[in-house]
Amino acid sequence: MTPQSNFMVVVPVDPKHETELRQLLDSMNQGPGQVDPNNALIPFAKFDTLHFARFVILDDKTTEDVRVYRLTPRSYPLYLAFLGDVDGDANAFLDQLIKRARNGLGRIFSCCEGFTSDTDLLVWMKRHHAPAIAAYVNWRGRTVRQIREEVALYEALENYIGQNSATFQHLPPRELHERLRNFVNAEKSASRLILSPESPTPLGWQIRNLLHLFGMPLLVLITLPLLILLAPFYIIALRHLEKTDPEVCPRADQQHSEDLSRIEDHDVTNQFSALGSLKPGLVRLLTTSGVLKTVNYGARHITRPGRLGRIRSIHFARWVFVAGTERMIFCSNYDGSVESYMDDFINKTGFGLNASFSNGVGYPRTNWLVRDGCIDERKYKEYLRRHTLVTQVWYKAYPGLSAVDLERNTRIRQGLESSSMTDEQARDWVALL
Amino acid sequence: MSRVEFADVQGLVRFGYGHLTEASYALVRVKNVAAAKAWLHSTRVTDAAKSPTNTAINIAFTAPGLRALGISESVIAGFSQEFRAGMAQESRARQLGDVGNNAPSNWAWGSYGCEPHAVVMFFGKPEQFGFFVQSTKGTPWSDAFEEVTSLGTSNLDEHEPFGFKDGISQPQIDWEQRRQTPCTQLEYTNIVALGEFLLGYRNEYGKITDRPLLEPDSASAELLAANDAPTKKDLGRNGTYLVMRELEQDVRKFWQFLHQQAAGNIEEARQLGAKIVGRMQSGDPLVPTEERPTPGSDATSTQQNRFTYHNDPTGARCPFGAHIRRANPRNSDFPEQRIGLLRKLVIMLGFGPKGFYDDLTSSVRFHRILRRGREYGSELRPEQALAPAPPNEQPRGLNFICLNANISRQFEFLQNAWISNAKFAGLAGETDPLLGNRERIAGYCRPSANFTMQKENGLRYPLSGLPQFVTVRGGAYFFLPSLRALRYFAGTGNA
Repeated sequence: MTPQSNFMVVVPVDPKHETELRQLLDSMNQGPGQVDPNNALIPFAKFDTLHFARFVILDDKTTEDVRVYRLTPRSYPLYLAFLGDVDGDANAFLDQLIKRARNGLGRIFSCCEGFTSDTDLLVWMKRHHAPAIAAYVNWRGRTVRQIREEVALYEALENYIGQNSATFQHLPPRELHERLRNFVNAEKSASRLILSPESPTPLGWQIRNLLHLFGMPLLVLITLPLLILLAPFYIIALRHLEKTDPEVCPRADQQHSEDLSRIEDHDVTNQFSALGSLKPGLVRLLTTSGVLKTVNYGARHITRPGRLGRIRSIHFARWVFVAGTERMIFCSNYDGSVESYMDDFINKTGFGLNASFSNGVGYPRTNWLVRDGCIDERKYKEYLRRHTLVTQVWYKAYPGLSAVDLERNTRIRQGLESSSMTDEQARDWVALL
Repeated sequence: MSRVEFADVQGLVRFGYGHLTEASYALVRVKNVAAAKAWLHSTRVTDAAKSPTNTAINIAFTAPGLRALGISESVIAGFSQEFRAGMAQESRARQLGDVGNNAPSNWAWGSYGCEPHAVVMFFGKPEQFGFFVQSTKGTPWSDAFEEVTSLGTSNLDEHEPFGFKDGISQPQIDWEQRRQTPCTQLEYTNIVALGEFLLGYRNEYGKITDRPLLEPDSASAELLAANDAPTKKDLGRNGTYLVMRELEQDVRKFWQFLHQQAAGNIEEARQLGAKIVGRMQSGDPLVPTEERPTPGSDATSTQQNRFTYHNDPTGARCPFGAHIRRANPRNSDFPEQRIGLLRKLVIMLGFGPKGFYDDLTSSVRFHRILRRGREYGSELRPEQALAPAPPNEQPRGLNFICLNANISRQFEFLQNAWISNAKFAGLAGETDPLLGNRERIAGYCRPSANFTMQKENGLRYPLSGLPQFVTVRGGAYFFLPSLRALRYFAGTGNA
């Protein structure tokens, strides 16, 4: 299995070059929200291990919100974030990226502070790396290459079925499975279809994964007596905060909403970037870390492929602290419109949403960390929309395909690999076609 | 929470006025504000206290319409974003599938910047209707308004122009506000919280949808106090949003395509048509109906509305993509019924049913609409539709109207995530077989002009190359105010 990894470079924009940067980023697009995959600066389509990538300027319009805590808003520098999700090792990808897009990257980063013509790109990018505190991968191990091979498989099957529909309509599922299996094997032998076998899982990754799998529970176990001892104090403190933390959920600015809508729904998948300040204090910081480490652990070791709770529309997602621990950014790639994304979250995993986002300044009031909160749907949607950033450039390696599409194709392929099926399995498999 | 004062609600919310078989919708722009206000002031708008005997008139305004009446921006800002921006805005049109032939730039009315200000809806019995409309459009009317267009309707005996019985499935409004919200709904129910259809009351989340709340002053004196902010005057209370779309239906193309697909067999064409719609022409659903009424429906509810897709998980009876299965998937909050707390938790954490098609559709109770539209054009039976169109044939279609308190979560969600979603319920790439615009799938090279009929024990049967049967000719978002709010708009409060 080839595990997926991610990278994120966060660098302050040189105020003198902000306009130039925005123009440069804009030049990578064919239209609003639609990147040119072969653009001259970074020809994303040339990288066959890259799933998603984006450039987003962290133009935080909500820094004033901390005033509700009588804090003076910090004047943060304007950051540029460049992030992506890749197959295999992220550093190996960055090497490749620099080889092929040195000039483009150089032009973009020279609009940022501390970058000069003789800066070593790789060292610089690594130095500004912002690690994810929690990350979600829809289908661990499924590479871009596998996705593309499985799309080709699906299309070949569809064509073949279309040509033989009169015969195939009346075949019982197991017989049909057999016929299609033979067809695919013949196509593979003739090299018209390629279904590459899984690569071996890197040993280093396996070790790290096992350490994480057992290390985290072990750590919890060791600290359990302390945690139990502190729990009552923590609960009292959290409940107090929950009852007193102010909500900041005014209407999102209409112009801002329209700027966001303009770049959305050009594909069945959309990008989402939201940034906000964390509520002050240790309790909130610990809660955030604890919840996100749990999410990360669950996403990595427990979730079923293709699902985050009941949600099947997220390709990749991550939570990252921005320069310190005061602000956090959440980035995801999801299928459908933002309205259906928010509804799905509220109705299907409202508890997770509350636990992970309620530590943000102004979030609708929660109770016991997981209750209420986003159930105040109107406030929640305004809150989220207000914190959403306009993403400048967004690339997806498989346009027009949803996560559920990818799951269908993978299930079809898996079904082809099994030589015998029960009637029920065969029926379910045929229903995928 | 206080009882609904029906005399303050426009009648259309409570009644479809089925017995008033004649109707027309005048889309107007304000020519003279004073005259418009005078007309509003003098017109007796039908309320919901009791079903009107002979005639009815209801009125709704667009955001530009409120502006034209001189309503201040600070008041308008209290309305929902989608209402203020309008249906024809480019990003919104893309989300609604209003691209290609459906694009607002091709509309007969309502395109961006040319929105009507108001819709005045006339209803009446045939013998009174003509005179009623004529007398209502007297002198103040012609001074006040410029008519953009007047949409006629026709009575096709509860059938829409393709020939299928329509209007069977409607949510039942919880007028008495007995419904406990928020709650978890494990079974499909037809009863929906009042706040989903009327502003100022609790919705399915147990919350009150945003609407303009005004400071009390002489102008707003007559308005009711807000249920959730007693010191404020609630301009939205007892009002709701009205979505209107003129949908032209190419009845000949529909039946000719099906006839051709059925190799010239009209009975088979009817069967195909039933698969596309999800009902027989008689209105009978394709899945067996149940003896007991759907929870929340009253005992008088029609037999044709007593069903769910629970016993058709493969789509073999009613295809996943059939129009009525998209428009109302009749599901509940969880993919399984009658489950305990533990099982709920297991499902919530993602370890519930693991079939490919399981649990892909959002819970329907947050996405219901109240349909109040009417057909236009003459009847054309399937056999007649096979003949080529005579010269100067008059168009047919549906003047679609729906009411909802939250346009983005109700109408827009339904239109975007269900009707025009190429990936609805795990389908590979097809939009609504009736309403789809047949444009290519966003980001993809494939067209969406397919329709898949699943089978129980074998390969699905696909239709491809579906032509566009329905074209959007116009549309707008309106606010259907309460009678108090109407008087506020008419400026009587200023006196």
